[in-house]
Amino acid sequence: MGCARPMTGFVLDDYDPQGFYCEMLRCTATAELRRRLGRLPDADFRRRTAAAEQALYDYGITFTLYSESAAIDRILPFDPIPRLIAADEWRQIERGIIQRVTALNLLLDDLYHEQKILKDGVIPAELILGNPNYRPHMRCVTVAHKAYVNICGTDIIRGGDGIFRVLEDNARAPSGVSYVIENRHMMLRAFPDLVDGIGLRPVEDYGSRLIAAMREIAPSSRQGGDADPQIVLLSPGIYNSAYFEHVFLAREMGVPLVEGSDLVVERDRVYMRTIGGLDPVDVIYRRVNDDFLDPEAFRRDSLLGVSGLMRAYYSGNVALANAVGTGVADDKAVYAYVPRIIRYYLAEEAILPNVETHVCREAESLRYTLDHLAELVVKPVGEAGGYGITIGPKASRAELDDCRAKLVADPSNYISQPCIDLSVAPTLCEGGARARHVDLRPFAITGKSTWVLPGGLTRVALREGSLIVNSSQGGGSKDTWVLEHDS
Amino acid sequence: MSNPLLARYAECIFWLARFIERAENLARILDVNETFSRGRSAAESWLPIVQLNADEARFYAKHRSATAERVLQFYLTDADNPTSILSAVTNARENARTLRPLVSTEMWVQLNVFYNRMRAIGPADMLPGSLSRLLTGIKEACQTFTGITEGTFYRDQASYFCQLGRYIERADQTTRLLDTKYRLLTGEADATAVAEVGQWHALLRSASGYHAFRRVYSNELTPARVAGFLLFNPAFPRSVYLCVREAADALAELKHRYRLRGGNDISEGLDQLRTILESRSIEEILTGGLHEFIDFVQDYLILITDRLSAAFFGHMPASGGPDSGAAAWPLAPAPQIPLKSVRLRPGQ
Repeated sequence: MGCARPMTGFVLDDYDPQGFYCEMLRCTATAELRRRLGRLPDADFRRRTAAAEQALYDYGITFTLYSESAAIDRILPFDPIPRLIAADEWRQIERGIIQRVTALNLLLDDLYHEQKILKDGVIPAELILGNPNYRPHMRCVTVAHKAYVNICGTDIIRGGDGIFRVLEDNARAPSGVSYVIENRHMMLRAFPDLVDGIGLRPVEDYGSRLIAAMREIAPSSRQGGDADPQIVLLSPGIYNSAYFEHVFLAREMGVPLVEGSDLVVERDRVYMRTIGGLDPVDVIYRRVNDDFLDPEAFRRDSLLGVSGLMRAYYSGNVALANAVGTGVADDKAVYAYVPRIIRYYLAEEAILPNVETHVCREAESLRYTLDHLAELVVKPVGEAGGYGITIGPKASRAELDDCRAKLVADPSNYISQPCIDLSVAPTLCEGGARARHVDLRPFAITGKSTWVLPGGLTRVALREGSLIVNSSQGGGSKDTWVLEHDS
Repeated sequence: MSNPLLARYAECIFWLARFIERAENLARILDVNETFSRGRSAAESWLPIVQLNADEARFYAKHRSATAERVLQFYLTDADNPTSILSAVTNARENARTLRPLVSTEMWVQLNVFYNRMRAIGPADMLPGSLSRLLTGIKEACQTFTGITEGTFYRDQASYFCQLGRYIERADQTTRLLDTKYRLLTGEADATAVAEVGQWHALLRSASGYHAFRRVYSNELTPARVAGFLLFNPAFPRSVYLCVREAADALAELKHRYRLRGGNDISEGLDQLRTILESRSIEEILTGGLHEFIDFVQDYLILITDRLSAAFFGHMPASGGPDSGAAAWPLAPAPQIPLKSVRLRPGQ
């Protein structure tokens, strides 16, 4: 606590965005929220925050780190100062995401059927066909409604110019939506006076939207009959760090949470082992990566999957969400082509622009990257979770040399982007509200059509000056508000 | 029509209920033993707990002697000891974590908080002045869980496996509670000594059975009556007989309501055990050896669990093929003719 500040201070006293684009101060729609925060004494705010964090432990809303001898429960740190997105800004994000997801699904359908986009030379064929996440098995497999990416998480950032840009698509098994909903529950419990009557768009119907989409993609033989299709959520199990989210989603949908060992394939049909014997399964929302899904088809050493699952899938007897082979669409090198992909399939300009990206497999981009290494962010194309990233302006000489060597050795494994000063939001810290960098991951569900959950997960880099918001690297989260109307 | 129940979930809920019941009874056993131990040497009073659980090898690998402090630590907070209360609660919570999609939020939260409290127990909590409060707290946390389960757990197939686990474990634990007394009795001839009677009182109280016992026997409290009450009473919720009957009823209802074909042999086994418990007098048991009878019941319950695993949890039976079953239920030790043929069954 700063000694200079009296204990009767209020939350937003002395807040200084330090020259960055501030999500709170630059947005006029936050006026009412700021007024309410301005009336909350700091001590009261901290007391309620502590109670809310205790509730997270009690509710076991934790991700668990297992070591050899112990299970350590960590909560995803929750910052109680909400991040608000104005209604008109949200409309633009929502349209941009629907456009993007639509284009990615068209891309996948094309890549696994006619490959027109490759023949037309819009994307280099070797970038796709040589990509480890491209699944030749999926050629000519029919996917209901051409919805390959049923659940998509789109990482969006905003720089100093105030423009939202897409940083990354997560088209495999994006996680984090459970925190969106739990953060809201916690906000409503701990700070009803901030929320009441402010016109917040709800997030509770995510589960019902999700199960509706799962029904829509069920094999056609299971549609329209008397019995609902049997939907299950396939999890790697309690040792997975996202297990809490798997539980959360299974509960929200009211479907069994299964592990690979609960499922069995007989005569190309998937069944689950129940106390009464084998029961057929029609749709699997799987949170297991492609590689581990079926030891018969992919990694033979996988204990998480189900032998024969792909046979059942190719036969059209079971639907998988997301479809197999979506990883090629969220590859960081393919990402650079997304604006062109949108133009190709939809004849529209991207509503949400990309961050300028240099694909190092292209000689000119590699040269540019090597020449400007100290200003750029260099990312490996296949990694997730913020691993393997070199942030030029923050890297030491040795780190830059190391990065340079890797780039020269395997250029096609890397992209580079300018270092963007992520926008900030006031975040509760030791001495009061401080500016911390944030991003945004909205979630889109696609069955027959695409729906976007209002808001999404705001991740916040809790360490001062840090630009990395991933939970595995010291990130926290905020409740994300979208208002019905801007006053 | 309700959701089908995964075999793995059935097994998890069965064991979740067992581990909670086990933690509760361990607290009861430690509590009654603390009462017994007054005025005795540590070896006399705390070693029997270790023997009761057949934990001698593991205990002595860690500790040189069975002092109150060490035995309590071993059974309360030792995470490496699979028979400690902490292990039981940890196992219950791990099962509950797996069962999160099924159990109510209130069940999970209470168990999660209980677990965090168990992990925070320090040496000061186990000192003589605090021990009883600690054990009462553990017992009440388990009872709270059972109560929340009763009040919030959705009544489908899973709830029957929860009941099966609870009653089978409770039956087993009541025999263990009786056995603590049995072990302390060995070598002591004078069963009517004042201290002795006080211990039978304590045993009944630790099973929450003192007042119920008094409603049946308002006059003299004898060891035979107490043992008979805990084994055979048809109305006392912790008697072995009642637990076996409840388990049999739960299984029958589960099979009937959900038209399950498996598990007929288990119904027969439970009925057979129930008949044995109905037809024996406590005098016959005491003459033949209380300890031997208790061993028989415990082995029988282990076999029931094996058969449940084979019929519903998707496991191969522990012994023999799937069809080797039906006739293989063990027979009770042959009844011995009591020396004094005085009938002391309730109502006579």
